[in-house]
Amino acid sequence: MNPITELIMPDVVLTCLQTDKFKTGCLSVGLLTPLNRETASKNALIPMVLTRGTASLPDMAAINTKLDALYGARIRPVVRKKGEIQVIGLVSDFADEAFIPEGSALLEQVAALTGEMLLMPRTYGGLMPREYVESEREKLLELIRGRINDKRAYSLQRLFELMCAPEAYATDKLGSENEAESITPLELTRYYRRLLAVSPIRIFYCGSAAPARVKTALLSALAPLPRSGETPDLGTDIRMNALEETVRRFTDEMRVAQGKLAIGFRLGDCMEAPNTAALRVFNAVFGGSANSKLFTNVREKLSLCYFVSSMIDLHKGVMAVSSGIEFDKYDAALTEIFAQLEAVRRGDFTDQELAAAKSSVAGDYRLTEDSPGALEDFYLNQALIGPECPPSELAALTEEITADEVVTIAKGVVCDAVYFLRGQKEDA
Amino acid sequence: MRTETYKNVGETLITETLSNGLTINIVPKPGFLKSYAMFTANYGGADRRFKLAGQWLDTPAGVAHFLEHKMFDMPDGNALNILSARGASPNAFTSSGLTAYHFACTSLFEENLRTLLSFVSTPYFTPESVQKEQGIIGQEIRMVEDDPGYALYYNLLKCLYRNNPVRDSVAGTVESISEITSETLYHCHEVFYRPANMTLSVIGSVDPDRVTALARELLPAGPGEVPERDYGEAEGAFPHKESLDVNMAVSAPQFLFGTKLEPAEKGEARLRQRLTGELALRLLFGASSPLYNSLYAGGLLNGSFDYELDYTAGTATLIAGGVSRNVGGVMDALHKEIVRIGEAGLDKALFENVRRAYFGSKLRMLGSFSSLAQALAEGVFSGCRPLGAFEEIAAVSLAETERFIRESFAPEKLALSVVSPPER
Repeated sequence: MNPITELIMPDVVLTCLQTDKFKTGCLSVGLLTPLNRETASKNALIPMVLTRGTASLPDMAAINTKLDALYGARIRPVVRKKGEIQVIGLVSDFADEAFIPEGSALLEQVAALTGEMLLMPRTYGGLMPREYVESEREKLLELIRGRINDKRAYSLQRLFELMCAPEAYATDKLGSENEAESITPLELTRYYRRLLAVSPIRIFYCGSAAPARVKTALLSALAPLPRSGETPDLGTDIRMNALEETVRRFTDEMRVAQGKLAIGFRLGDCMEAPNTAALRVFNAVFGGSANSKLFTNVREKLSLCYFVSSMIDLHKGVMAVSSGIEFDKYDAALTEIFAQLEAVRRGDFTDQELAAAKSSVAGDYRLTEDSPGALEDFYLNQALIGPECPPSELAALTEEITADEVVTIAKGVVCDAVYFLRGQKEDA
Repeated sequence: MRTETYKNVGETLITETLSNGLTINIVPKPGFLKSYAMFTANYGGADRRFKLAGQWLDTPAGVAHFLEHKMFDMPDGNALNILSARGASPNAFTSSGLTAYHFACTSLFEENLRTLLSFVSTPYFTPESVQKEQGIIGQEIRMVEDDPGYALYYNLLKCLYRNNPVRDSVAGTVESISEITSETLYHCHEVFYRPANMTLSVIGSVDPDRVTALARELLPAGPGEVPERDYGEAEGAFPHKESLDVNMAVSAPQFLFGTKLEPAEKGEARLRQRLTGELALRLLFGASSPLYNSLYAGGLLNGSFDYELDYTAGTATLIAGGVSRNVGGVMDALHKEIVRIGEAGLDKALFENVRRAYFGSKLRMLGSFSSLAQALAEGVFSGCRPLGAFEEIAAVSLAETERFIRESFAPEKLALSVVSPPER
């Protein structure tokens, strides 16, 4: 399955993957914008407000009734953080035309509605309606405050906020309460108009329609899109080293039963010319798979935890290890996790461990081809950081990775910060 | 081997029941690299008291889940490691009514299926490995103690049900799992992991004859006695308790309300009840519903809002919930809406439109191998054909759905669970 990629308007790139194997098609439109603490919340808020009402469908009931009539199509607001780029927009999925009783032009209708939501929001005196902006702002604030509800995700977010404090990466994809609280309809509308004009746009389609038909549908849906010709400076700063000489340690206290440990690393020199497949294999050997050093030792041998895993962000060149442990197992877990990284650095892993890691990574790449959602994310990542090949080719490249490559990556990895979310003193 | 074709959704279902009682469902998926298998036991966290050879036996809370963790151990290694090492993605889950072991892979399907069938039918436990697992599961239990969604859900079930063990955590407690020994595990495996009490679902580009041949080769020849279970005294139509409200470290109050149904008889009646119930939920709480839109526009919902109908361990429960700073306001609006529908009936155009959307959302389920495999397994244990839903949806009537809403959502039938931030 090879996609067709085409520039269909200035700075608007359409990637089409034609296949009839899925029951539902997927269409996503994403605006690329720099991540920073001054604008992150505004960016996150815009797609939420856009789903409230359009020029012809003035409220959510009207939009959702229309979506029901389109056989339960969904068009959802999405905000993602890809390194120091924020990607915001609308992602839709809808029944493939082969399976709906009457067989209608669903693609054109979904594309048109997506375009209308993106470009022709309901306005009042030229501004986004106060009622919509304020109620969605409250929901955004709730989402921001609600980050504490999932303690594992929260510990990882706090880790990067603290570890990368002087970098744009510290900013969460939803921004902050401070920024969100002060957003007004006037400010948001002005900001939105400018964002539309200057942001590069990435569109992804996966489904049974031919690329020419998809292009026609989108050119019509996006006809009113303003293009300023300016391009914002988009990119991610990659630090190779820790911020300070000694590892920084941070602790938060909360009313929790289990502690959450999050350890942050810089991937180091390998990020000069990152080899995606090798980095993923390294991660699978260390902590990213069921045969990994961390899972085998920290969980299975020492029973210190139920979950322990490592994850890498290739956009930023960072890695995190996350685990849920008893408060008093902090030192034991930390010692064991670092010991396992040392083991990988020494090349202390068997051929079987390496083969298992490679199979796991290659299997994940191949599975990507069977999920429209995974393909959408894969090709967005590819557009931002490469490499320029389909998942199946990356799977084949993975099989070639050697133990030396894994050891070299491991040797360059530098621990930068340790974060621990623990219970309040009186509970401990 | 029986083959059914569902032309309207482009699917074929191949079914075989072996002489040992095991039902195998296969859905071929040409064009996909992925193959998926799920081997499911009709045994979950609620199956704690059962009758075997005329005798009633009690087991500690958490055995089904503990067994799920320990089944991966084999005399020659760990099945999770073996499958992962081949590039497959194996996993397992335990609910109140089921234990399911599954994997997805893009190569070596037959070897992987062989491993799946072997490890699930080969009990291998030692006192040391059981003791070690108590530490790991202990941490899993601690982890969910911090999960507000978990507290919300079990507190609602504790309100709705007085006796049924669905009200207790599937994983048990740190205390209850300390009573589990390797003997408990051997015994419960022998009782519940019998072919007649299990089913295999396979989705993907596979050879159906090889799948059934492997199952014949690797699984016991006899069906074994399927134990009778006891879920406690019959529950009445009304909740045991109206509401529960607890404090946790959350940002805003989260709520979940629910009502219990008398589950329809196994078979086509069950499928019809499920479809009617899910349609009713969508009509009442879906994105295009009047209630949802008025709650949203009125600022009464401060985040996501979800709903579902769940059948498990002799129960059927309708639940819905989300985030609100005014849970009382949400419940008042719900009561008024039920009264309004009772008096004015459902809007016909809305009904038709929502039914069409429901069809589309069911279609989405077919794209998910894991959802489809699970639906097929539940279909085997409840005697219905989930792929028949696409025809059946058209048959559900407006009057039937109205009656369902009036009867199920009467105010005195509702229970409410709330998790609020601690008072400052």
